Amino acid sequence: MNSAAQNTPAVEALGLTKVYGRGNTEVVAMKDVTFTVAKGEVVALLGPSGAGKSTLLTALGLINPPTAGRIVIGGQPVLDADRALVNLAAFRRQHLGFVFQKANLIPFLNAVQNVQVALEINDTRPRQARRRAMELLDYLGVADRADHLPDALSGGQQQRVAVARALANQPSLILADEPTAALDSHRGRQVMELFRKVAHERGSAVIVVTHDHRALDVFDRKYEMEDGRLLDRHEAAGSA
Amino acid sequence: MNLAAQDIRHNLGRFALTALGIGLLLMLVLGMSGIYQGLVFEATQLVDEVGADFWVVQKNTRGPFAEVSRLPANLEFRLLAVPGVRSAQSFVAHTIQREQQGRPLRMFVQGLAWPDDKGEWLPLTGGRPLGQAHYEMIADQILGLALGDKVPLGKDVFTVVGVTKGMASSAGDGTAFFTVRDALAIQFDLPGETMRLERAARRHRAANQDFGRVQPELLERAGGPSSALPALATPLVSAILVKVAPGTDTAAVVATVSAWPDVTVHTHEGQRQLLLRGNVDRARRQLGLFRVILVFVSTIIMALIIYTLTLDKTHDIAMLKLMGARHSVVVGLILQQALLLGALGYAIAYYIGQWLYPLFPRRVMITPDDLWMLAGIVLAISVAASLLGIWKAMRVEPNKVLS
Ligand SMILES: Nc1ncnc2c1ncn2[C@@H]1O[C@H](COP(=O)(O)OP(=O)(O)O)[C@@H](O)[C@H]1O
Ligand SMILES: [Mg+2]
Repeated sequence: MNSAAQNTPAVEALGLTKVYGRGNTEVVAMKDVTFTVAKGEVVALLGPSGAGKSTLLTALGLINPPTAGRIVIGGQPVLDADRALVNLAAFRRQHLGFVFQKANLIPFLNAVQNVQVALEINDTRPRQARRRAMELLDYLGVADRADHLPDALSGGQQQRVAVARALANQPSLILADEPTAALDSHRGRQVMELFRKVAHERGSAVIVVTHDHRALDVFDRKYEMEDGRLLDRHEAAGSA
Repeated sequence: MNLAAQDIRHNLGRFALTALGIGLLLMLVLGMSGIYQGLVFEATQLVDEVGADFWVVQKNTRGPFAEVSRLPANLEFRLLAVPGVRSAQSFVAHTIQREQQGRPLRMFVQGLAWPDDKGEWLPLTGGRPLGQAHYEMIADQILGLALGDKVPLGKDVFTVVGVTKGMASSAGDGTAFFTVRDALAIQFDLPGETMRLERAARRHRAANQDFGRVQPELLERAGGPSSALPALATPLVSAILVKVAPGTDTAAVVATVSAWPDVTVHTHEGQRQLLLRGNVDRARRQLGLFRVILVFVSTIIMALIIYTLTLDKTHDIAMLKLMGARHSVVVGLILQQALLLGALGYAIAYYIGQWLYPLFPRRVMITPDDLWMLAGIVLAISVAASLLGIWKAMRVEPNKVLS
């Protein structure tokens, strides 16, 4: 079953560097980061605050282009430094899923509509989008809250709707920035296990920024960031 | 799923209040054109209702509605002698303001050429045309008089025998119809003391002239009523209305009468144009300018509202962009809300207007043309107003979700 397509990495980062500001206020948030995540792999990104984790994640998410370096997703070069090689918005809706610390649900849409909108943006017909959105809510165990507005959902429920939304278009790459920070450890672990399930069942690559060391066993691989540099966990452990 | 509709449902109260505000503004815009149409209607209504083919007025004047015109009443008979003239009637019109039961009563007094004209042509809503040569009047309902009311004017008391609807002068005052003689009596009413003094002065003037000295009898006549003095002019009227016989060329008759050195002739259409240009034109420009300003104000207010609605959604718009939404999704969200706001405002303007305009003291006439024009204006306003919000939304970066 190891076809060429199977062997293409889900995402490749090549020499990513990000410099914020200029002159005196210049901050090098990310320095020459190179790494690869395979399809179906769940990767943790660890490191202290300010290490550049979010910068890397948003760069891979095509919403915060790097100052230098290349990003290749699913074998397709998408960014060369800050130059777009594809239509980034179209690429995001077709291939990427995002989850953040806050659920960022749209407040005037109810739970199912929040998932549905992601599908409709990607040209799924409304009726079908709704059915699929309901399935996803069901998969995440919040189907009974489908017609509640985000305000009426608990933090955990909101986050699960956000995860459902991120999964809606069956993205090849899921990017999660501290998705469990606002959840209790039980709920947090549930979400992490869900990512693992999605990665292994659907072959999506998942990159999760996390501080939560209790759920680290869920991940296939762990990277650590420090001062903008990416260290392999084993490397980091070995050098210590 | 329609994002604009969902957002509105979520913010229904605020949206409804905004639509109400826009609606009231649009109602003013519509009212402005309604007031103008009302002015045009009222200005030309009397001329239209009277239905004369042409008006004969004092030389070089613009007729009884525009300025003072004075003609001898017997001109009527000269005109009847012109070939092709079917009828010629004296027309007396002037505005008076009196008190009636403690409130000001401003009326446009118009004389009917009794007995040929009893006012049968008037749009009566109650009562009857004039039934006798004196002391009866037909009042428009603007005047607030009821059938049977007694109105003292001059030295006489007039009874309201008929009521009309919508007969306003070009200044918007209600019209009251009397016989020409009564109308003249009201116009030239003098206090008793003035009359006594005038008669004494007449006597004195006559006594100082040779024929007064030669004929003492004349002095007795000079001290009596004016009507008993054969040498005094016949009463003056404002205009003579002429209708031509069927099959006659009006232009030819007009040409004949126009050649007379003591009068000026205005055709029906000419009289209308005089009224419109003289009385209404400046009001039209005034209202037009005001309307333009209101349209601008509405646009700015709506733009600000749409802009703040968009600002409130910055984070959600960023999220939509993060998810890869096309520009059309975001533009659609804003534009649809603007258009819906406009459409709701339009409906509110229409319905509140229907209810409110009749309460205005002067006629507000809404024509289908004006409604179409307002629809066009609303469409333009809505699109223009959404531009600011769209501009803002286009500048929202997807990574704004993170802040
Ligand atoms: N928009 C920005 N402008 C300037 N500096 C930034 C910006 N975003 C992040 N930084 C800086 O870049 C560095 C890395 O930030 P970040 O990627 O958010 O780290 P982490 O997510 O690991 O906490 C920090 O020093 C931070 O202050
Ligand atoms: Mg961070």
